[in-house]
Amino acid sequence: MNMFERQPPTAPTRLSHLWGAIKSDKLALLALCIFSFYCLVALLAPFLAPYDIDNPAFMDLINGELPPVWLGGDAAFFLGTDVQGRDILSSILYGTRLSLTIGIGAVLIQLCLGICIGLLSGYLGGKLDAFLMRYADIQLSFSTMMVAIVVLAVFQSMFGGAAYQQLAMLMLILVLGVAEWPIFARMVRAGVLAEKDKEYVDAARILGVSRSRIMFRHILPNTVSPLMVIITIQIANAIVAEAALSFLGLGMPPSQPSLGALIASGFDYIFAGAWWIAVFPSITLVILIFAMNLLGDSLRDHLNPNGGWR
Amino acid sequence: MKQTILDARNLKQHYQVKQGLFKPDAHVKAVDGVSFSLGKGETLAVVGESGCGKSTLGRMLTMIETPTSGELKYGDEDLLSLSKQAQARLRQKIQIIFQNPYGSLNPRKKIGAILEEPLVINTKLSAGERKAKAFAMMAKVGLKPEHYERYPHMFSGGQRQRIAIARGLMLDPDIIVADEPVSALDVSVQAQVLNLMMDLQQEFGLSYVFISHDLSVVEHIADQVMVMYLGKVVEHGSCAQVFEQPKHPYTQALLSSTPQLAAEKRRQRIKLQGELPSPLNPPSGCAFHGRCQYAEDQCRSQMPSLRSLADGHLIACHLVNQ
Repeated sequence: MNMFERQPPTAPTRLSHLWGAIKSDKLALLALCIFSFYCLVALLAPFLAPYDIDNPAFMDLINGELPPVWLGGDAAFFLGTDVQGRDILSSILYGTRLSLTIGIGAVLIQLCLGICIGLLSGYLGGKLDAFLMRYADIQLSFSTMMVAIVVLAVFQSMFGGAAYQQLAMLMLILVLGVAEWPIFARMVRAGVLAEKDKEYVDAARILGVSRSRIMFRHILPNTVSPLMVIITIQIANAIVAEAALSFLGLGMPPSQPSLGALIASGFDYIFAGAWWIAVFPSITLVILIFAMNLLGDSLRDHLNPNGGWR
Repeated sequence: MKQTILDARNLKQHYQVKQGLFKPDAHVKAVDGVSFSLGKGETLAVVGESGCGKSTLGRMLTMIETPTSGELKYGDEDLLSLSKQAQARLRQKIQIIFQNPYGSLNPRKKIGAILEEPLVINTKLSAGERKAKAFAMMAKVGLKPEHYERYPHMFSGGQRQRIAIARGLMLDPDIIVADEPVSALDVSVQAQVLNLMMDLQQEFGLSYVFISHDLSVVEHIADQVMVMYLGKVVEHGSCAQVFEQPKHPYTQALLSSTPQLAAEKRRQRIKLQGELPSPLNPPSGCAFHGRCQYAEDQCRSQMPSLRSLADGHLIACHLVNQ
């Protein structure tokens, strides 16, 4: 037995390592707190919001365009109301919930497609690899926004406004999800290429491990670290893309406003004096995106350095 | 001669190499006609410098790579013409230990999971039985029970190699291909791991194909020694034959390069000129003639075949008569 045996007391898993790194980085900690706060708010929106956004009584034109409380508005509407008398605070809470759902949903689709295609492409190689990666190149050469605008506009005109209102969220998740899988697929493929010639993969093959098990159980866990960085950035991108589409009238309908749709609906009144309708959702969105990008940056810093935990 | 467990006849592994758009593909003869038979409980050492094809040979024996041609028999069964199921079954019997213990263990799996995975895939043991077997094997290779829950990065190189050995033994194999198992380890740890391997050989009746470039290690552990040069066997004999009466000039040069502590054991140092020739463009005649101090005209034009001397010692050299 080796006398100079190392005795590490705890097993540093990837998460505990990341947590340690983030704890020592004030900015990253702040970003994580903000993101967690948004997630919490999104989850608890129905309980936190002063008004139920789905209730028709929620809209009352008598309350229209009330300014925030500190500018002489009604105490019942802290951040004021929009033209139709909807409480801005409640709309923002629900809007955050929708925006985050769409962002996370879209990234989940990107992630699933990207992991499967990247693993197949990298591990099996050959013609399949060439085909999938060229296809990814072609898809990346179309701008996501362009594809989304075309698909959503066609969908809207084919199925009409009523059907669109029902399916808007699903469509947004699908379009944004399918449009950007190549980013994940390329990253996974690069990781697979680096890992697949290592001896533990050969060892697994000799032990009789099947190809799919080697891909998902042996190689994949060794390639996920860089993915965590892209996940955060991609969620932010998807939320921004959704906001942009909503702003253009192709995203969420006014009856179920996401943050982007709220900004769009308030935009017409900015110069009419009711600036708060657009500004508060904008601030909410900007802080969220800023925090996610900060988080992504710090994850990149902590996951990438060679040595330590990859 | 003991009962033969692994029999290789004329194994070849040729790779095609693309040389560019307008040039024809070249062939690299990584392994070119290697034959041997390994008895139960025996150790065959395969020796040679880097690039001579010894690791490729190991990869063929464990069926990671399929040979271009040749025969490979495990007992009476031909390993190269088997159905998938039969291959999966026989695969369990031939396991490998890799050179680099830092690359051969999945960094994301705990030791317990690494040891139990072969059982999960190839046997129907319950979780409890698997765990019991893993603990028993860990004890055999000198690991402690508390190591079960640890990750590979928490171990030193020697301990990792013990883990790799334990993993190789989980399926009760008959043959272990050890691809430079100790060359990445400190000398003090090398001896421990080698002794462990020899103890395990006695206990389980294992046969080893021991690939190495370190002759002092080979002398310690081998029954037969096979010396390879540029994909071909140049000398093959018992450990005593090769170490005491090396016939081939290449073997002599290799042996003279091994440092010896005892003055009377030291040989005159034969310095080899030049490098191993490129396998893309092997020399005519005997592959070794460019570096051989005895080379004659015959060596430059005619390839020597492997022939048997009176005592069963195999040699591929024109100039050796006895």
